[in-house]
Amino acid sequence: MQHLLAELTVFVLALFVGFEVISKVPTTLHTPLMSATNAIHGIVLVGALLVAGAAFPPLGAVFSIVAVTLATINVVGGFAVTERMLQMFKPRSTVKK
Amino acid sequence: MTGTVGSVWLDLAYLITGVLFILGLRFLSSPATARLGNRIAAAGMLIGLLSTLVGTGIVSWWIVVVGIVLGTVIGLISALRVKMTAMPQMVALFNGAGGGAAALVSTAEFLFRLQGATFSRGVVLPYDQGLTIVLSAIIGSISFAGSIIAFLKLQEVMTGRPVTYAGQQIINGLIALTTVALAAFIVALRGAPEPLWPFFALLAGALVLGVLFVLPIGGADMPVIISLLNSFTGLAVALTGLALGNNVLIISGALVGASGTLLTILMSRAMNRSLFNVLFGAFGAVSSEGAAAAGAAQNIRTATVDDVATMLAYAHQVVVVPGYGMAVAQAQHSVKKLADELEKRGVSVKYAIHPVAGRMPGHMNVLLAEANVPYPALYDMDDINPEFPQTDVALVIGANDVTNPAARSVASSPIYGMPILDVDKAGNVVVLKRSMRSGFAGIDNPLYEMPNTMMLFGDAKASVDDLVTAVKAA
Repeated sequence: MQHLLAELTVFVLALFVGFEVISKVPTTLHTPLMSATNAIHGIVLVGALLVAGAAFPPLGAVFSIVAVTLATINVVGGFAVTERMLQMFKPRSTVKK
Repeated sequence: MTGTVGSVWLDLAYLITGVLFILGLRFLSSPATARLGNRIAAAGMLIGLLSTLVGTGIVSWWIVVVGIVLGTVIGLISALRVKMTAMPQMVALFNGAGGGAAALVSTAEFLFRLQGATFSRGVVLPYDQGLTIVLSAIIGSISFAGSIIAFLKLQEVMTGRPVTYAGQQIINGLIALTTVALAAFIVALRGAPEPLWPFFALLAGALVLGVLFVLPIGGADMPVIISLLNSFTGLAVALTGLALGNNVLIISGALVGASGTLLTILMSRAMNRSLFNVLFGAFGAVSSEGAAAAGAAQNIRTATVDDVATMLAYAHQVVVVPGYGMAVAQAQHSVKKLADELEKRGVSVKYAIHPVAGRMPGHMNVLLAEANVPYPALYDMDDINPEFPQTDVALVIGANDVTNPAARSVASSPIYGMPILDVDKAGNVVVLKRSMRSGFAGIDNPLYEMPNTMMLFGDAKASVDDLVTAVKAA
């Protein structure tokens, strides 16, 4: 329980950081922002790797492999799509009028 | 289960990952540094993943390799090939993948604990860990199933209208209660040797809940829902982190959960509705007889391309109001061409962006940016509304509900109270529309019957292309 409390502390503080950082983003960037945070929760891949590392046959292996695949799709697709979107945002100076 | 091999270095690497995520989001808050922000976050991700691969005692390498290769190929190909207009459903799918992964990781962790139970007697799953495991399994599954339904609706595989049936709230409530009861049962057993079916029933219940929760939500509310599902996945990941005792999952999940929630609230507020109303209001499920009756009484003026072109060419200020219709017709490049042509003639062209135009937050901004429209030309609702009285022509391209004056005046209208773009205050309003069909919300728009409004029917892209040619000739 002690351990959980320490983790809960981290969780709550991170929530506040999340609110704080996001509240400054202009509407123009809402889509790339959502897409970037979408890629960030792909960090669950770390969890998938941890359980895959300890996987045991046969049900756990099936779940782990699907988990790793899904999480990788989330990470790779998320960052690639965000990058594509952001490529299109150019300041006025570089755009011909 | 967190490996103890080099665990200090691993925790340090995770700390760096967390910090880079926060910095990345910080840089994402300005258009000039946004790309850098995305790359910083990606670098953080890479550090976290590589450290995990190196620093933990991974046994089943084949699972890891097959999963990563498969995921990379699928993720990269879909991300690079998707059209900008299909971005909302793509984001929904990636989000669902993350939610599904979180649920599966919790499931695998649960199975692992039970396996431990056969070797040792006593408590293998303390209450707190049992609770975080079932919660992350439930929320992750809801996010997975809900995202798939959101995808199907946005891809127009299934109807974008709200799907409602008799006793919907009661049925949903019963399934939710059953799922909670199963969760309590599993937690209470504390991992004592038990059958697996309660856990799988729990997963099934959560999946059904996810489907039922998005079904009654109309297309116009999809931006809010995608953002909400995004925060759900964040929360599920944080809970998975609590279950595994992994700080980087906790921090990142909390960041996404918080930001997604904030974005969701901002959007609900932009529509002047509570989140509760968005979720349970079955918005747009207006009685069809009302719509039909009003449809018959419509008294509209249709314009020709040449009329509109002349009006535009000799205007001082034109405000373009894009909506989902522009996205569907892929008309953004043609719109930019039209704006260039008008600006050559000295017409000032501005773009009015409603906070919930399109199918995801900032949808219009992304499309117009793709067409090279500089972002200072895009105006938020509050900045552009005072300008409409000085505007000669408001050019509404495939937007409907966000321009509906009924939101200001008709108290019985389902969108009453939603802040709208005051296009009706412009000198002239030209509405480009495919047909007289009502918008996603299924509500009639009195704007079309106003004396200063003209309708130009047809595919938005074809109409705008014709306008470009006609303006050149004018």
